[in-house]
Amino acid sequence: MDYFVQQLINGLSLGAIYGLIAIGYTMVYGIIGMINFAHGEIYMIGAFVALITFLAIGALGITWVPLALLLMLAASMLFTSVYGWTVERIAYRPLRSSPRLAPLISAIGMSIFLQNYMQILQGARSKPLQPILPGNLTLMDGAVSVSYVRLATIVLTLLLMVGFTILINRTSLGRAQRACEQDKKMAGLLGVNVDRIISLTFVMGAALAAVAGMMVLLIYGVIDFYIGFLAGVKSFTAAVLGGVGSLPGAMLGGVVIGLIEAFWSGYVGSEWKDVATFTLLVLVLIFRPTGLLGRPEIEKV
Amino acid sequence: MTMPSHTASAAVPTNRAVDWPGTLRDAGLAAFVALLLTLPLVGLRTIDRPTGLGIEARPDEVIASIVLVFLGRLGLGLIRQNLALPVLVLALACAGVGLVLPMPTQVLRLVLVAGGGIIALRAAITLTTGRSKLSQAERDRRMDRVAVQVQHATRYIAPVAIIGAAILPLTPIADRQILDIGILLLTYIMLGWGLNIVVGLAGLLDLGYVAFYAVGAYSYALLAHYFGLSFWVCLPLAGLLAALSGVLLGFPVLRLRGDYFAIVTLGFGEIIRIILVNWYQFTGGPNGISGIPRPSFFGIADFTRTPSEGMAAFHELFGLEFSSLHRIVFLYYLILALALVVNLFTLRVRKLPLGRAWEALREDEIASASLGINRTNMKLAAFAIAAMFGGFAGSFFATRQGFISPESFTFIESAIILAIVVLGGMGSQIGVVVATLLVIGLPEAFRELADYRMLAFGMGMVVIMLWRPRGLLAHRDPTILLHGGRKPQAQNAGAAR
Repeated sequence: MDYFVQQLINGLSLGAIYGLIAIGYTMVYGIIGMINFAHGEIYMIGAFVALITFLAIGALGITWVPLALLLMLAASMLFTSVYGWTVERIAYRPLRSSPRLAPLISAIGMSIFLQNYMQILQGARSKPLQPILPGNLTLMDGAVSVSYVRLATIVLTLLLMVGFTILINRTSLGRAQRACEQDKKMAGLLGVNVDRIISLTFVMGAALAAVAGMMVLLIYGVIDFYIGFLAGVKSFTAAVLGGVGSLPGAMLGGVVIGLIEAFWSGYVGSEWKDVATFTLLVLVLIFRPTGLLGRPEIEKV
Repeated sequence: MTMPSHTASAAVPTNRAVDWPGTLRDAGLAAFVALLLTLPLVGLRTIDRPTGLGIEARPDEVIASIVLVFLGRLGLGLIRQNLALPVLVLALACAGVGLVLPMPTQVLRLVLVAGGGIIALRAAITLTTGRSKLSQAERDRRMDRVAVQVQHATRYIAPVAIIGAAILPLTPIADRQILDIGILLLTYIMLGWGLNIVVGLAGLLDLGYVAFYAVGAYSYALLAHYFGLSFWVCLPLAGLLAALSGVLLGFPVLRLRGDYFAIVTLGFGEIIRIILVNWYQFTGGPNGISGIPRPSFFGIADFTRTPSEGMAAFHELFGLEFSSLHRIVFLYYLILALALVVNLFTLRVRKLPLGRAWEALREDEIASASLGINRTNMKLAAFAIAAMFGGFAGSFFATRQGFISPESFTFIESAIILAIVVLGGMGSQIGVVVATLLVIGLPEAFRELADYRMLAFGMGMVVIMLWRPRGLLAHRDPTILLHGGRKPQAQNAGAAR
């Protein structure tokens, strides 16, 4: 039982991270119908910006941990969203009306570019970081210990989800975003600046991915320039699993994948956890192609 | 065909006053974005210290990139407002200064030369074509005409290219390095042609083609390792096994559409790789398999000085001096033949009901289903055949390298092969060759640039897609027309659509 709870919490925190990245995929897919292949790289950039910010404020002599974490979060979200915006502006916007494959290839190119860009700038070796937020919370008479970082990840993700849901459902920006998702041309005719909304979608996705990157840095304490690929693929899997285009679905898919990974590593062995994830993806797509919470897509001739 | 170009030039404002504040603001905005982009990642570098990670500031590089972006954006803005000539002169002056005068850092020199060069090139193009910016559609039509011309010229180019490739090893320039690059290029051309069957003909987006390449390579390596089978026995077996795995994967997922299909194939590619890594008792895990036997001369002769039991030595059989180059030349011809088989297959199958069904499925799935085409079987056939060719290429790769490990079969390989197909123009056989020369040949030629190679590779993919979203030599003529109507006029009209 203790072991189960331990894995449950590990899985939840991991799933929260996948979910945060998956939201970026699902929103972009919902609005312009393309797989933003470079999104995993955006998450990697978020992790690196967080690391560099921490080192920079350390060099400036700020040692109060809450302030340091807050600065890391702010810097990571800010700078990473600029990357998200730029990627969209350079590589995707000119291809808005092109055949479907063109933006995908452009995105793969961007992903290769960003990976090597980071490798050249920051070096190929993995970057270790000493724990910033050490300490554990012990539950169930000391049988289960939850690190504060994992707890913070879950709490922060919940807060972001609440804020994000309000943003999408209650504000005019969210309304415009949903309108574009349904019909870009019509939304444009009604005075919505579609290009701006798409840019903002990328910015929001990148900001959430940046949070995920920072949390991974805090939990695992080591990052390298290659972390984006696998996390990106798994998060896209999460988005598909939950139903592409659905925000709660992305979060749900992320949590499911995180839990599968944690339990598989805990009970079967960590070597095959990725196979389990992808097999699940194949199974879901075969038996429920629209995902868990997705709407069926009706094709008109 | 003159109408569109006329309207395009009329759309350009003539002799309007230069909008300085707007242009400057635009350039300033771009520079600000550049500042935000470069500040954390370019300006601050992590360095490994004995005590842990340290950090180091590089303000000069940040400033250099901001200046580059500002001037570049300004230059482009001015070119658009009929100031191409002064911009050209200034940009050339910048590049010249960067080349000649001593610079404090290499970065600054690079910024001046590369930035000045690109802007100068842009300005020069504008001056020579007399138009500041072609519309996307107009540019596309022009490239379509080029594509059609190339497609027509292929009739004459292709035999020349094939004969050229065939006599290359006999010419004096063919040293080890040239032949190795030739083999590499031909391998990718073969993979590109194989994937073209799935992507270009059947219109299925396969992001995991490397899985079949891996299946082929490991089939040969493992069969040779455990059963001591020779290359010539294993080649068909590897193709068969790869085709089988294609059917196994294809059967459940071919019902999926578009991007879902793409992501499942990607997942499948990763699964294969993870199995290869983790099943180390059988596949050797991350260490791979080494000592894979080299191919013999059709089972008759060996390419070694001292052949094994029951084999003749190749050089003795033909009365030649022993040379280690013989094997390379043989491998070169082998992959050339394999690649040509794939090409021939594609060219012929397009004229068969099977190939026409694929093209119909690519254009409109529902329409072809209502015409009685069995979608799943057709797609499965495309998938299995492409997988088989991937398997052939894989076992060739294994025997050439003599060593394989899962590292050779990562997603990036799939992405490169897909990029070759899409950049060349989906469905275009000659496009695959051109794109391979670009994608594999160019980076190979600049091998000493090491890390920057892949950086440029990624950027190149983006740039080509922006410049020509449908691929360099894309064109979609129906392979067979009714009433034998193969007039070039009709094709032109079809392509310019």
